[in-house]
Amino acid sequence: MQLFPCPFCGPRDETEFHYGGDAGNVRPDGADVPIDRWAGYLYLRGNPKGTAREIWVHMNCGEFFVMERDTVTHKVLSSTALGGEHAA
Amino acid sequence: MTRRYSALSLFKEGLAGQTGWKQAWRSPEPKPSYDAIVIGGGGHGLATAYYLAKNHNISRVAVLEKGWIGGGNTGRNTTVVRSNYYYPESVELYGLAHRLYEGLSKDLNYNVMLSQRGMINLCHSTAEMEIGARTVNAMQINCIDAELFSPEDVRRVAPIYNFSPDARFPVFGGIWQGRAGTARHDAVAWGYARAASRLGVDIIQNCEITDFIIEGGRCRGVQTTRGPIRAERVGMAVAGHSSVLAAKAGFRLPINSYALQACVSEPVKPILDTVVLSPGCGVYVSQSDKGEIVIGGGLDRIPSYAQRGNLPTLEAVIAGVLEMFPIFGQLKLMRQWAGIVDVVPDSSPIIGPSPLPNLFLNCGWGTGGFKAIPAGGTLLANLLATGKHNDVSRPFDLDRFASGRLIDEAAGSGIAH
Repeated sequence: MQLFPCPFCGPRDETEFHYGGDAGNVRPDGADVPIDRWAGYLYLRGNPKGTAREIWVHMNCGEFFVMERDTVTHKVLSSTALGGEHAA
Repeated sequence: MTRRYSALSLFKEGLAGQTGWKQAWRSPEPKPSYDAIVIGGGGHGLATAYYLAKNHNISRVAVLEKGWIGGGNTGRNTTVVRSNYYYPESVELYGLAHRLYEGLSKDLNYNVMLSQRGMINLCHSTAEMEIGARTVNAMQINCIDAELFSPEDVRRVAPIYNFSPDARFPVFGGIWQGRAGTARHDAVAWGYARAASRLGVDIIQNCEITDFIIEGGRCRGVQTTRGPIRAERVGMAVAGHSSVLAAKAGFRLPINSYALQACVSEPVKPILDTVVLSPGCGVYVSQSDKGEIVIGGGLDRIPSYAQRGNLPTLEAVIAGVLEMFPIFGQLKLMRQWAGIVDVVPDSSPIIGPSPLPNLFLNCGWGTGGFKAIPAGGTLLANLLATGKHNDVSRPFDLDRFASGRLIDEAAGSGIAH
């Protein structure tokens, strides 16, 4: 069992967390976004082997945050709250 | 020298002290150029090379494998072969694979030990039975064999299932596919390798792709740990690592890589002669010819390239097995492992040209690539030979993610993925 660090609750069991997608995948804005840009936002992923920046949610406290992880070793490199007064 | 495998050659070799067997496939040095390169020496890659030579008469072909053939997901799956899908596009694809599997041992002159022992997808409620009836109807309309089983039918094919009145997931019936079953996974890789090699294909192991050779905006070959190798067309069948190669070629794919675990028990005497899937328990179980109970479940929920799997998922899978078959409570697990699978939003594969001209894709099979090996090979071979889709592969093009014509089979195969 792995422990993931929630920026709000500290180290917690991995089963309490849910993966929420790539960090930095910004939703396109405006009425004339080309189709490929939408497809890219909705579906295309970096899916890196090695260091990855990901959005996670700690389901117990309901907070979203950015976790940097190595996808090969599963080592957690950093865990940062998203914006607001908790921004690191 | 014995080249053809048969009962007679086995008998003769027995008398001759087994001294005449030839190496099953050659291990040549890579040539500087080929007509086509297939990246990935798993089932799909080896099948692609075989069908290029057999169906299209293109035998100046290299299969490049970074490790050893069949050492990735081909050697890590739970060996189930089935075609119980819902959408017509999927039926064409998996139906083709299923039919080819049925003739594969003869075609390859290699016993892939296909055992069509049938598979039951259980239904645990009235609502699930209604969906089951809909699925069975769809399959029958699409000319795929399927039957809606009553609880008595299920009891007949899987008498050791947990039919107790207090079962957490009681049996209301199930979707039966009698032609489904299992095949020997290593034999599929080895059989294709041997047959392809005999048709002139070079199988090159320990040869990792480090980059693509791109000239004039087109793929002209690959850089490898054993030097540059050029080709007119390149196909990739590298499940689990598709995004890694795509990044080298300069594009992204709609894929996340996850670990999918499986485990086997110690071998026991024959007790389960069919494949049983319980969506409620999230587990499917069969018994191998050696007697091991083969157990598979859902994905680990953490994106990963580590081929080992996490404990919480294994725990949930084992809990599910014991709910399905309390009789297995005393079994000892012998091995546990994981493979890295390409997970696509609509749980259907991606087959077709890539954004880099002359590079073709066979990826995104998610948790179910093994059953599709003959079809994946046939379709990628057709793309490499002709540069064009046929009617079977067309719906699975990468362009469906921009057009929105997804083929969402997530519900069709029963296990959440």
